[in-house]
Amino acid sequence: MALSFDELDFGPPDYKEMLPPVLERNYGKWKYHEEIEPGVYKHVSESGEEVYTVRAGQPKFIASETVLKLCDLADKYANGYLRFTSRHSIEFILDNKDNVEPLKKDLAELGFPVGGTGRTVRSIVACTGWVHCHTPATDSPGLQKALMDELYDYFVSEKLPARLTIAVSGCLNMCGAVHCSDIAILGVHRRPPKVIDEVVSKACEIPSMIAACPTYAIKPKMIKKEDGTTIRSISIDGEKCMYCGICYGLCPGTPLADPKNDGVSIWVGGKISNTRGGPAFSRLAVPFIPNNPPRWPEVVETVKKIIDAWASDAKPDERMGEWIERIGWAEFFERTGLEFTHKHIDDYIFNIRDMNAGARVKGKEIKKFS
Amino acid sequence: MASETPLLDELEKGPWPSLVKEIKKTGYTGLLKLYELNYEDKMTHWTHGGMVGVPGYDAGVIGRVSDRRDILADAHTIRFIQPAGWFYSTKKLRKLVELWNKYGSGLMNFHGATGDLQVVGIPTENIEPFFDEAAKEHWDIGGSAGDFRTASNCIGPARCEMACIDTNDIYHTLMSDEQILNDMHRPRFPYKFKVKISGCPTDCVAGVPRADFVIMGTWRDDIKIDQEEVRNYAKSGKVDVDYIVQNCPTKAMSWDGNELKINNDECVRCMYCLQKMPKALSPGDDRGATILVGGRARGRYGAFLAWTLIPFMKLEPPYTELKELMYKLLDWWDENGRAKERIGETIYRIGAGKFLHEVGLDPLPTMVKAPRNNPFWFYFPGEVQVDEE
Repeated sequence: MALSFDELDFGPPDYKEMLPPVLERNYGKWKYHEEIEPGVYKHVSESGEEVYTVRAGQPKFIASETVLKLCDLADKYANGYLRFTSRHSIEFILDNKDNVEPLKKDLAELGFPVGGTGRTVRSIVACTGWVHCHTPATDSPGLQKALMDELYDYFVSEKLPARLTIAVSGCLNMCGAVHCSDIAILGVHRRPPKVIDEVVSKACEIPSMIAACPTYAIKPKMIKKEDGTTIRSISIDGEKCMYCGICYGLCPGTPLADPKNDGVSIWVGGKISNTRGGPAFSRLAVPFIPNNPPRWPEVVETVKKIIDAWASDAKPDERMGEWIERIGWAEFFERTGLEFTHKHIDDYIFNIRDMNAGARVKGKEIKKFS
Repeated sequence: MASETPLLDELEKGPWPSLVKEIKKTGYTGLLKLYELNYEDKMTHWTHGGMVGVPGYDAGVIGRVSDRRDILADAHTIRFIQPAGWFYSTKKLRKLVELWNKYGSGLMNFHGATGDLQVVGIPTENIEPFFDEAAKEHWDIGGSAGDFRTASNCIGPARCEMACIDTNDIYHTLMSDEQILNDMHRPRFPYKFKVKISGCPTDCVAGVPRADFVIMGTWRDDIKIDQEEVRNYAKSGKVDVDYIVQNCPTKAMSWDGNELKINNDECVRCMYCLQKMPKALSPGDDRGATILVGGRARGRYGAFLAWTLIPFMKLEPPYTELKELMYKLLDWWDENGRAKERIGETIYRIGAGKFLHEVGLDPLPTMVKAPRNNPFWFYFPGEVQVDEE
């Protein structure tokens, strides 16, 4: 039985019914907070009431059985409430300090790590990847797991100069919002889509595909079949196509998946917050690493190398991008041992503003030229 | 017996919680086989799912089918509009889990990148009965395609001393608005329209990089300073006040070891010092929001960061001025936008100056990093004298 029109469009459930009572009592009255240990915050209200927040990381998907176990913990320690953060961590908000340790113990037993506050690596934001999507060039949830296993210690303890945000997106749709992260992994296709004329002619709106292509690489095409009938399809100019996949989003007749050529790129130095220098884009560090599932060792090793270079030299609170700005990009490539290639220079929308205007080259760099 | 998923089994190892273990806990065995095959072939076997949904809505259910129907046929994704601040009661969650186990795969995603609560893996014929029951529990379907997408907001005044606006109330008011829900469930725009609500310029919901319309809490008067607490921070040794002063982006602070001074006229509300000393510093009392426009991740012209459209707007329920501004922009974009063009791209293509002129907003120096550096511009009718023919 479908719902009648009057019953539709009712919007989200009321958050007021799902706020922990202690937050409802102190709504808008919070005075300050402090970090007790990695993954545990204390917030103090003007009323003198205190709450303790325990933050835990989670995998990209969880089973309903696990949701029920998390509910059990929330019932036992947090008055029957829990919440999630914008980086997809789980938070239990406790009005009793004595519940912090037992909850941490129970979370450890469930296998959920407590951390991700202060100067730690935050939970990796990832798209659904090969688990549940038709466009990715790589598996974001698998990369998230492989990376977080390696960076686990940086999540549960504060050993970094500043917070470190990592995001993984399987394709250029960037559902993982990779373009403003300290380190970003972005799945890339490297060949134009294959055009399956039969499918394009039956299932796709050709004018929309032509209009949506960012590089004007798509043209209409008529095919005369042997039986005398014509079908309409498209052709893709391989010289213009940037393998972005927007046409595949509109049309099942232009798949791009190509196991021989798909892989990942790595980006660095992005930032979201307005703090100090403000928001900044992630910039290209490594244009391509082939997919090597199930654990992508080359990607993990490169990310480690970048983190080590930053962590060993950055000043307190200095984010990846701020550190690179201080030492310079030439120094970044030297210290990480990453190769600077043609791909690092923006020639898509040739951004002359990214070039080093003037002649300000560090002494160390200029000495390399005879 | 040899494992049927030798590659995925590798992702069960290691200290971080494993999504493979989670998939194995559900009855979603088709996915496990398909996912293993994706690893074996180094590519996805998911393909377009076609048009699926519930009667009355044209968005929010994402069609998913695989090209290996012998392994897994139709297994769609449903987006639910999450509660404000991603707050849940276990009572509400347990009931949803019960319904999801009855009709779907048991696999859940807290949350999708836009903010929705996502459930993945439901056969076509179960979508409608599942939604009928979920609707009784007040779970409404979220956005997809060229529509008003589900918004998201930071925790705000529920547990943050920096919140300058009631992010939860603004979110809930917008997401319960009749017109917005109509535009969410019946796509009519050139492309997606995302709204994010942050309580302060720390931007914990990442509005600037990816939202078309960002509502960001701020204040107009002076930062409140508790000098005693500044001295306590300095004495504690946990905070280096000199270092914070030195890192202030506009050099608006000074500290003589006894008193902290802030030149509020120079302060850009970056939040750095407030984050470092929350006990000593807090936002002023004259609070409202900065409204930004035009963020997006990728596109024809590359990624855009959202930029300051309105430096300050007072925000009180029922947020009429905010909604009017939002719909003024939406109408302009609906009129001018091309297919798959986000509002920031339409503004870029047509020109920010022309955009402001057409929506009737005054240009302000706070909108730009610097004025233009070229002399190539057009005049609006009436700006120059034209000889009569």
